[in-house]
Amino acid sequence: MSRESDFYLRRLHSLLGVIPVGLFVAQHLVINHFATRGEEAFNNASNFMGNLPFVLFLEWFIIYIPLMFHAFYGVYIAFTAKNNVQRYGTFRNWMFMLQRITGVLLVIFIAWHIWETRIQKALGTEVNYDMMAGILSSPFMLVFYIVGVLAATFHLANGLWSFAVTWGIAQSPRSQKIVSYITIGVFLVLSVIGIQALLAFV
Amino acid sequence: MTQQTAVQEQQVASKTVKFEIQRQDTPESAPYFEKFEIPYRPNMNVISALMEIRRNPVNAEGKKTTPVNWDMNCLEEVCGACSMVINGRPRQSCTALVDQLTQPIKLEPMRTFPVVRDLVVDREFMFDSLKRIKAWIPIDGTYDLGEGPRMPERKRQWTYELSKCMTCGVCLEACPNVNDKTNFIGPALLSQVRLFNAHPTGSMNKDERLATIMSDGGLGECGNSQNCVVACPKGIPLTTSIAALNRDTTVQMFKNFFGSDHMVD
Repeated sequence: MSRESDFYLRRLHSLLGVIPVGLFVAQHLVINHFATRGEEAFNNASNFMGNLPFVLFLEWFIIYIPLMFHAFYGVYIAFTAKNNVQRYGTFRNWMFMLQRITGVLLVIFIAWHIWETRIQKALGTEVNYDMMAGILSSPFMLVFYIVGVLAATFHLANGLWSFAVTWGIAQSPRSQKIVSYITIGVFLVLSVIGIQALLAFV
Repeated sequence: MTQQTAVQEQQVASKTVKFEIQRQDTPESAPYFEKFEIPYRPNMNVISALMEIRRNPVNAEGKKTTPVNWDMNCLEEVCGACSMVINGRPRQSCTALVDQLTQPIKLEPMRTFPVVRDLVVDREFMFDSLKRIKAWIPIDGTYDLGEGPRMPERKRQWTYELSKCMTCGVCLEACPNVNDKTNFIGPALLSQVRLFNAHPTGSMNKDERLATIMSDGGLGECGNSQNCVVACPKGIPLTTSIAALNRDTTVQMFKNFFGSDHMVD
């Protein structure tokens, strides 16, 4: 296989991870947060999002195609690394490994999540508050979803850091450290939003 | 005073240093560990210990064995030839002082590179990569080209830090993305692109060097684990070099695609 295009594919992978996939994840978690305001509020928001004009076009071009590229090329990246945190237990080396672990985990989680919700909707089941409450009534699934949400917020936040480095925005060690602190903040904020929404269904 | 020294010497002579060395007889054969116990001398480094084993090739079991092979040259940490994995970390064996190492001292070759024999590795991959990235400044012409543009002193100062690279291969050994599944040329080589592109005359070919690292095995393979900057024995700001090149290639991508009159300036 020719790898001449690797540089551009890597850059595309980094870009798509933030725009649109990262933006979609943030938006998704925020919309989910309607669940904390009760069943009706969540169902209204869910109906609004599910009945946007050109919804299929939006889904394919903003979510599925970029997400699939990011996921499948990401798996290739994850399995070409030879992790060595035993030798170098630095913060960045751990982040490097966790980015790959959460990435692979997310491929599994998101596949399952899409099967349980979007594909069931296509098969005729209604996606609403009751459906999610049903799924999350199982303690195993609740843990699975909490792990999935945390993996997603971590992968996004740490991905924002590597986006800043990969595109040459943060060059000096100082600026890279400041971006680290900012992305830790992004991780915490999005995690709280995501977990609060999940717990609203229990 | 002399008597005291004699006593000290006697004590020193009875003290030993334990080594566990990974041996490999041929490039294809299976590696194995061999233990050694050699007399201690003050201020020993790993090289002088290996020299002692070469002088008297007897392993810890008292059996005669083949001398351990290793590479060395300058003995002052500027050539990079004696790099090996010492107690799990890649570094130069000339500056690895026995007194500062936990025993048994474990020596292994840097397996990122093909092993020739014992601790000797073939670092040709890096030297080939130096040719690929054009790590030189072309000054030859059919006539005297005269003086080049002047280099700002402050720029000379930071590029001097990059010029300390001795192509030892420690950062490649530390990098999780330099392995047999990728063609990544490694952090040291990327930093050399920054060095030669920063030079006023070298920058006249900077688009060629950037084109090389925007192809197979180049900058795209970096995963930002930032081990290289931790491992570098010369303290070269490798991750800053990589981020700087990330910015340069971002700009170059736009230039290549949309066109520009400023490819080399």
